[in-house]
Amino acid sequence: MKLFEGKAVLVTGAGGGIGLATASAFGQAGASVTLADNNAALLETAADGLRSAGHQVSAVECDVTDRGQVEAMVEQVVKTYGRLDAAFNNAGVNCDGAPMAETDDDEFDNIIDVNLRGVWNCMKAELRQMTAQGSGAIVNCSSIGGMRGSKGRAAYSASKFGVIGLTRASALDYAGQDIRINAVCPGIIGNTPMAMRVTKNNNPDIIKAFVAAEPIGRLGEPEEIAAAVLWLCSPAASFVVGHAMAIDGGILA
Amino acid sequence: MNPTYDFSGQVALVTGASSGMGLATAEAFAASGAAVVLADINEKALQAAAEKLTSAGRKVLSVVCDVSNEAQVANMIERAVAHFGRLDMAFNNAGIQVPPSDAADETAENFDLVNGVNLRGVWACMKHELQQMRTQGSGAIVNCSSLGGLVGLPSRAAYHASKHGVIGLTRSAAMEYAPRGIRINAICPGKINTPMVSDMLAMQADAMKEIMRDQPIGRLGESGEIAAAVLWLCSPGASFVLGIALPVDGGFTAH
Repeated sequence: MKLFEGKAVLVTGAGGGIGLATASAFGQAGASVTLADNNAALLETAADGLRSAGHQVSAVECDVTDRGQVEAMVEQVVKTYGRLDAAFNNAGVNCDGAPMAETDDDEFDNIIDVNLRGVWNCMKAELRQMTAQGSGAIVNCSSIGGMRGSKGRAAYSASKFGVIGLTRASALDYAGQDIRINAVCPGIIGNTPMAMRVTKNNNPDIIKAFVAAEPIGRLGEPEEIAAAVLWLCSPAASFVVGHAMAIDGGILA
Repeated sequence: MNPTYDFSGQVALVTGASSGMGLATAEAFAASGAAVVLADINEKALQAAAEKLTSAGRKVLSVVCDVSNEAQVANMIERAVAHFGRLDMAFNNAGIQVPPSDAADETAENFDLVNGVNLRGVWACMKHELQQMRTQGSGAIVNCSSLGGLVGLPSRAAYHASKHGVIGLTRSAAMEYAPRGIRINAICPGKINTPMVSDMLAMQADAMKEIMRDQPIGRLGESGEIAAAVLWLCSPGASFVLGIALPVDGGFTAH
């Protein structure tokens, strides 16, 4: 028997990068996975890829900033699989990087909307189902930017600090109901759409600087975040509650 | 169902291995195929633990060791490597608690005692483990801190100082060895159903009230839940995780 056999799992931002790697890892571990993304083309490709690898997969287009779409997404999971055992709220956006006073208000609003309110929306809908079941595990995607500042990323950092606040407080609300809520804080992860944006399409000088910032001397892989998410959702983490786990090659050390 | 690991061909060392979290972790390593070095200061309890594992068909070496004594620690690592040829994983878990005391009344003896085992012990173990691991070019170390390494609590300054110190050791050494293929992390157990908690109950009649206060999950943890975290941190799945202090505390430090 596989680790997540018979479990229904939801991953947002599953069209690529960390989300897709995590959806794939859940699929390999036997789960029925619902992939969600706001990019229909990416979503379809991702879902097809997992299906052809033999995984049990559904796909739902969803903009996590839209409460109605988020509720419909969770409803679809429950309609299809009868339950929701684990959720990885991963959909997120970054910015191009500019000093705080030069960052557009619109950019701030968009980042907070997706990264913070998106997680808020998802958690609300997921928790409604999980409290009804009396069990569940949620992992929210924060960032090393949720634990420290970095130049040019005030709005991003604010959103990711917020995710940890949501995680820690709501973990306390539900710890007594067999629902565990934690966060992951990825370091600098290569081979993702977000990495492409932040490195301005793999600019070698930017990549060199990022590698130099990593004590481990390399960028992380999406699969290394997936491994942590799966562990946090597994029964092995039954006493791990309200934690924001750095998976960052030692940056925050 | 829990994740499973294949540590066959690997060697794991656990200090404070004769009971509680140490024993549970040693058993979990062994059940995953690792050869296990059990170390403890208590010879009788150590022997019983080693016999338990041996009779389950595990590959075991037991070494009596007072981790506050560096020479004994050096000898422990030498014997481990002489016996099994290498050292892949270590859980530096040996630790003690001292009776609660007002900070203004704490004795130097108790301060030295708790720091000698909990902090100097981890320092000595890490030092000698790293000498072997850097020769190999690989390894994973997990140090046992505590919720006391992350927060303060009244009457526990000496213990919390030692456990905060463990996190400092962990983070610094983790950065140092990250590029050399050696990952170092800490775990911070919350209130776990172990002999240390039983001892606290014996020392302090109302300790259970203190223990269950602010325990979001509403129960004590089990040693197996600590073992599960240690094994994961030592596994290839945690390849990008280093220098963290992982609370396994039912939400206590999420407050």
